[in-house]
Amino acid sequence: MRPFDYARPATREQAVQLLAATPGRAAVLAGGSDLLALMKDGVVTPERLVSLQGLQGDHTLRFLRYTAAAGFRIGALTTLADLAASEVLRLEHPVVAETAGRLAGPQIRNVATVGGNLCQRPRCWYFRSGFGLLAAREGASLVVAGDNRHHAILGNDGPAYFVTPSTLAPVLIALDAEVVLLGPQGERTIPLEKLYRLPLAEGEREHDLGPGEILTELQLGPAAGRQVGTWEVRQRETLDWSLATAAVALEMEDGRVKRARVVLGQVAPLPWTSREAESFLTGKTIDEAAADEAAKLAVQGAKPLSKNRYKVQLARVAVRRALLAATGLDREL
Amino acid sequence: MVETSWPKAEARRLLGTRVSRLDGPAKVTGTAKYTYDVARPGMLHARLVHCPHAHARITKLDVSAAQASPGVKAVRVIQGVGAEIQWAHDEIVLVAAATGEEAEDAARAVVVEYEVLAHHVDDLHLDQAPETRAEEEELAGEPEKAMAEAAVRSKGTYGLPVIAHNCLEPHGQVCEWNAAKDTLTAHCSTQAVAALAPQFAERVGLPAGNVHVICQYMGGGFGSKFSADRWGIECAEISRQAGGVPVKLMLDRRAELTIAGDRPSAYAEIEVGAQADGTLTAWISKSWGSGGLGGSGRPPLPYVFQIPHRRSVHHSIPTHTASSRAWRAPNHPQGCYLSMSALDDLAARLGMDPLAFVRKNEALLGPLAKTYLEELEIADRLMGWSARWKPRGGGKGPVVRGLGLSLHMWGGSGHRSSCEVTLQPDGSVEAKIATQDIGTGTRTVLAIVIAETLGLPLEEVRVQIGDSRYPASGGSGGSTTVGGVSAAARRAAVNALRMVFDKAAPALGTTPDLLEAVDGSIRVQGEPGRALTWRQAAALFGRAPVTATGGNPAPSGSGELELTGSGAGGVQMAEVDVDRETGVVKIRKMVAVQDCGLVVDLKTAESQVYGALIMGISSALAEEKVLDPVTGTLLNADFESYKMAGIGDIGELVVHLMTGPGYDERGVIGLGEPPVISPAAAIGNAVANALGVRVPLLPFTPQRVLDALESPGRGIV
Ligand SMILES: Cc1cc2nc3c(=O)[nH]c(=O)nc-3n(C[C@H](O)[C@H](O)[C@H](O)COP(=O)(O)OP(=O)(O)OC[C@H]3O[C@@H](n4cnc5c(N)ncnc54)[C@H](O)[C@@H]3O)c2cc1C
Repeated sequence: MRPFDYARPATREQAVQLLAATPGRAAVLAGGSDLLALMKDGVVTPERLVSLQGLQGDHTLRFLRYTAAAGFRIGALTTLADLAASEVLRLEHPVVAETAGRLAGPQIRNVATVGGNLCQRPRCWYFRSGFGLLAAREGASLVVAGDNRHHAILGNDGPAYFVTPSTLAPVLIALDAEVVLLGPQGERTIPLEKLYRLPLAEGEREHDLGPGEILTELQLGPAAGRQVGTWEVRQRETLDWSLATAAVALEMEDGRVKRARVVLGQVAPLPWTSREAESFLTGKTIDEAAADEAAKLAVQGAKPLSKNRYKVQLARVAVRRALLAATGLDREL
Repeated sequence: MVETSWPKAEARRLLGTRVSRLDGPAKVTGTAKYTYDVARPGMLHARLVHCPHAHARITKLDVSAAQASPGVKAVRVIQGVGAEIQWAHDEIVLVAAATGEEAEDAARAVVVEYEVLAHHVDDLHLDQAPETRAEEEELAGEPEKAMAEAAVRSKGTYGLPVIAHNCLEPHGQVCEWNAAKDTLTAHCSTQAVAALAPQFAERVGLPAGNVHVICQYMGGGFGSKFSADRWGIECAEISRQAGGVPVKLMLDRRAELTIAGDRPSAYAEIEVGAQADGTLTAWISKSWGSGGLGGSGRPPLPYVFQIPHRRSVHHSIPTHTASSRAWRAPNHPQGCYLSMSALDDLAARLGMDPLAFVRKNEALLGPLAKTYLEELEIADRLMGWSARWKPRGGGKGPVVRGLGLSLHMWGGSGHRSSCEVTLQPDGSVEAKIATQDIGTGTRTVLAIVIAETLGLPLEEVRVQIGDSRYPASGGSGGSTTVGGVSAAARRAAVNALRMVFDKAAPALGTTPDLLEAVDGSIRVQGEPGRALTWRQAAALFGRAPVTATGGNPAPSGSGELELTGSGAGGVQMAEVDVDRETGVVKIRKMVAVQDCGLVVDLKTAESQVYGALIMGISSALAEEKVLDPVTGTLLNADFESYKMAGIGDIGELVVHLMTGPGYDERGVIGLGEPPVISPAAAIGNAVANALGVRVPLLPFTPQRVLDALESPGRGIV
């Protein structure tokens, strides 16, 4: 690891200032479960780390507040273990608590934070081997020419081929979560979906975080009767990454879908909302045939690379099973 | 007279019982110090500079900035300008500094420029290899004719990729050069304490006696830690260069995975033929694979089954990757997986239950046939095979279940070994032997043998190992350790006891041949009243300790029977669930029935088999080194993407060791290799049984399973 400055500010504003003072050369440190690994491998080399763990009093970011009317306000430093253990969250949004409680392993969940999970960097093995986020060499993508078994099948027109790492993000996006960002220009609240973007050149980030901007809070409305389901295809029981995930949230009216959210993870450089599946489902009653069709539509535009055709199937199965889980049909099968 | 041969079943007190490993508490409490834990006063920390290219020539090298870097005490150029580098991550420069961080900073300051040369890292496509080495062909009978006449034939391609050893403790050492005395002390994570001292000595130019190698505890070797290694020699040299300060160099995980051990790949096109009743008649195979620049070893094909008409050819492909190292049962897991898959496919064609198919071919199973048949019967019962086996395929819903089996064999005769047993005047007993415990329980086995022989409680025997100054013993490889050390320890202890009897006999007014050592006493057989305590007997020697030695094999001309045997057979069965929509394979249950001659410690023997099953399951489900074709570098050089099975992935493991008449009298046979050979083969056959489709290429990831379901018969490419 290379030498770096370490700052542990007491206020959020100080944190923002410390970051903005050295744009591009400073990094936010939350739980460190991702950032420190990247630094040890020399993949990222920030000159300054600004820890959020020293924030004091009203400035602290480890909180989880709930009101029946507005739902949840969850501080960025709340750990994944906190989420998994929260009684209100488990009652109101069981899939969120379950997803948080299932990823990585207990040691990671005890330090990993919500903000860090949403802002973590892709696990692309080219990126992690030091070839850059876009892994291009002489203008050509190493991913396309090389071993892309874990890479994107959707949204992969380039230059980005990695997949978005967070398994929490698709679930939260399906639930219309928002995030609060604090930067030198003040605070803004955006849909979580909008936090993710496609980098177009090396050096660009896959998050819409301006210089000095930090994610302070996650906002998640009440369940409001939505039917929610997720499915994760993962090979190993623990400490493994999903190969594909899907999250669906359905607002129902008279047994029919009034509004659908279908979001896939680990299949595209960003959490992938399937407009095709969403509009197909709108107005439908969910049965196996409808789930099948929606799943098919969700991967219709997939363009597998040389070694990841199988992921099309995984994504399709994940959507189908998430839909069946949301509607309780999986128990009848 | 004390017999050298192993005591009869009814006379055994400790042998073959379940004894917990003696160093277990030290290991779980952290008091056991591994090489990684060794910290010497004033010790420097060394870091390597590696080559990022798979094939390149060094055109420029500048270490001046590294030399001037804070804390740096010495810099060594391992490969300089002009050197041709043959694999990615090869070692170029070594830097030693006061702290690891300073050494790392300095390593980063080394400037190396390369002319990048063309590389070849693809081992899967034989037709695309720029160079291959055709090994000799093996031929028996008339395979083509027999194949043409076979009533049923099956043809397929199968393969296993290169995997790594993945020792939890990476390779490395602490080297301490003493300039005044011209000696070298090396704390090494090694599976060959005795052999390493002369290796170091030769390479650094010291008399062998001046090198002292120590390894008290080591975190895994699996065949990859027999050599002093270039980085070990460089570590010794940099200690000398730094003026005789101890220097520690442990590989990091990336280096461990990249350059410290590969198991060669093996791929094969195989055709097998049988008569309509299932009797095997013909085998024709072409196999290939790689294990680095040196190519690969030759997998034994066909495995176990001595098919009368057979032809097998193997091609070895040199690739720009670090040379392979022996990996637990070298070449056998490959030969086993390739053969058992092909035979299982043939059994499916014949419409036969694989268990019946093996029994039908009993005559081809060689000298271990009886063992296999007995083991199959037990495995059948433990797995419930006969009650539950069904032909391939079928099943409702996405998750389908299947059963598979496999057979394996290994030698496992004890290596050359010598042991010294010392009896102190106070009665304490100490054994010394330059072996090492690579996690198998060697300390415990030695204590059991000596305590059993001397009639002492286990705690009364102190065992000292892991030091090259003790009597020499072989490296821990090829399942040769337990046979070698237990035979040597038995003979040393018997010799010690003979000396004790000779002294005690006059004191007890009898002759030595009428004495026995029981319960910590020396007594006249059948007369418990006429006895000396062990301590009283020891005191008869006066104030000086007495030492007896013993070795393996039996002293030539002694006429003694050997205490160790060779030729272990085992069978394994696997039960899996496969989700045919996602391709996820889950192990439900594995049954391992294993023979290893006379069992010294049933508990550590069983635990050896459990460990092997887990390692085998891991190779079946997850393990594979992924090389980037464009850069020739390893893409999964960490534990996150080089996947291994975890506790949740291994299912229920059932282990049964064959003991008793027919097994015990063969002497002690090693167990390190055999049980790791079959798991992937048994699991692969279970997957094929579940799906009705062969997944030909390991590991059985969702990708491989779904690819096979989509285009069955596509083979391995
Ligand atoms: C073996 C393993 C398996 C895993 N499996 C999964 C999995 O299945 N699913 C999954 O979702 N995750 C998985 N993870 C990843 C884990 O969830 C993340 O490492 C963790 O959530 C990161 O949180 P952190 O607080 O430690 O972040 P840090 O490491 O501190 O930060 C991560 C990144 O986010 C930035 N950052 C952190 N907080 C903020 C903030 N408030 N504002 C702006 N930027 C910020 C940092 O600068 C850094 O770039 C796995 C990790 C491991 C090691």
